[in-house]
Amino acid sequence: MAAAGRSHATRWAIVNVVVVLYALFPVWWIAALSFKDPSTLTDGSYIPTDWTWENYKGIFQTSEFTRALINSIGIALIATLIAVVLGTMAAYAVARLRFPGKQVLIGMSLLIAMFPPISLVSPLFNIERSIGIFDTWPGLIIPYMTFSLPLAIYTLSAFFREIPWDLEKAAKVDGATPAQAFRLVIVPLAAPGVFTTAILVFIFCWNDFLFAISLTSTESARTVPAAIAFFTGSSQFQQPTGSIAAAAVVITIPIIIFVLLFQRRIVAGLTSGAVKG
Amino acid sequence: MSTMAEPAKDEARGKKALSAGARQERRLGWLLCAPAVIVMLAVTAYPICYAIYLSLQRYDLRFPNRAEFIGLGNYGAVLSSPFWWDAFWVTIFLTVVSVAIELVLGMGLALVMHRTIFARGTVRTAVLIPYGIVTVVAAFSWQYAWTPELGYLAGLLPSGDAPLTEQWPALWLIILAEVWKTTPFMALLLLAGLALVPEETLKAAMVDGATPWQRFTKVMLPLMKPAILVALLFRTLDAFRIFDNIYVLTAGAHGTGSLSILGYDNLFTALNLGIGSAISVLIFICVGIIAFTFVKLFGAAAPGAEVKR
Repeated sequence: MAAAGRSHATRWAIVNVVVVLYALFPVWWIAALSFKDPSTLTDGSYIPTDWTWENYKGIFQTSEFTRALINSIGIALIATLIAVVLGTMAAYAVARLRFPGKQVLIGMSLLIAMFPPISLVSPLFNIERSIGIFDTWPGLIIPYMTFSLPLAIYTLSAFFREIPWDLEKAAKVDGATPAQAFRLVIVPLAAPGVFTTAILVFIFCWNDFLFAISLTSTESARTVPAAIAFFTGSSQFQQPTGSIAAAAVVITIPIIIFVLLFQRRIVAGLTSGAVKG
Repeated sequence: MSTMAEPAKDEARGKKALSAGARQERRLGWLLCAPAVIVMLAVTAYPICYAIYLSLQRYDLRFPNRAEFIGLGNYGAVLSSPFWWDAFWVTIFLTVVSVAIELVLGMGLALVMHRTIFARGTVRTAVLIPYGIVTVVAAFSWQYAWTPELGYLAGLLPSGDAPLTEQWPALWLIILAEVWKTTPFMALLLLAGLALVPEETLKAAMVDGATPWQRFTKVMLPLMKPAILVALLFRTLDAFRIFDNIYVLTAGAHGTGSLSILGYDNLFTALNLGIGSAISVLIFICVGIIAFTFVKLFGAAAPGAEVKR
């Protein structure tokens, strides 16, 4: 009996290890690459033989990368903020109020979420040049609304539907003012959903590549994924492999942190809407 | 569903029947949704209409003053061009094959996450990383892995092979990169569907002597059908617009360009806004057809038509 249990456990252990390796190996590989110095770059080993910070030092000395990092953070944060604020208002209405057109709103946001971005790139390219926001922060934040806002509405309305809103009434019966009921009851109930949604939306904005290479032309608004694709290496005889690997690791760090800290919530947020939908 | 019946009821009872409170609730509802609706329409409906308008013109970005209306000429040019059809079939191939592989692998992964007796949190965390990682980063990791003299995977091949420079090997490597990145998403959606399969039903089937395979195909799959269809719909539409992985891995060379790559090249390399816009509109129509097929033919839960409360 004990032996059978042990072999069962071993089997699961092996399966789990395979899954974890499958998920992490390509990430490990590019991280290892970023710590190799140019002379050992091509040795193909999974662990750098001579650890070096040179690649990181290199990219942080160029405005090409630092400026892109600032752009990425700023644009993703602002787009997330706008999407979550507008999305919270709409999702609150969907979850709590009775009004015609609710289903249309959810349907519409889903349809928009599936919009092929390439279909928007050519018109936006022309529109943005004519109104002068091409290659600026707003020039990327606005198109990011096409996916971030539907995602926010969809995820938030799934979360808000689960909230026991009657607690607000109960608090009022117990003598709380509407403001107190909102601050002490509703906000704590809604905050986790809003927070999770913000993380998901941020990841999506952080990830965008097509808009970022199409609607920017200089360092002034280019985000990191787009900048990496244009890296040239510190001298013209040098392949930018090390720099690209280092930059790739830098923009992966926030994702890893989010996933490590909020794994459970991200899973809930990703699946909540989809299953019931 | 109650909301659907409401307008009819209201009409029957006349406007007066709507209490002041209900009318206020309506107005507040619309008011709260208005900003989101306006923004969504402004960033999608307006550009797509403008794209239709641009697609009806001969419009070369190098000679913007010579733009003229030519009706459906651009569509004729695109649809009679081998470039469009090559990209079309490449996109269909990539979409069908990668979604099929993802479904099988994703189901396996979902079962692992559902059944594993320990380290469930670790497995889920690890699996979320491919999903969350920036596609361009993952694509570079794969590209370097397959670059001769640099990567660990290229080392496994006979020397002198550069798989990313030949059409079929490159297409399979693009599929590999795509599958690696998006299988976790598929698995998470399927996992949520698995959670809806009642444990008692499975036990009952087991008592009745069903083999594990029978339990899977006769009990779990039918119960998971809605979750599977939603996952397939999401992934198919997403795979159809594949761009990032191809751009980094092959830049669309050697017959590996998808429709999105074709549209991008026509706009930014050929600088032809008219043709580029026609391609944009055609891709949009393709996506519409895919979504419609899923909803009508397979009865995937129509987005937003869910029965609530």
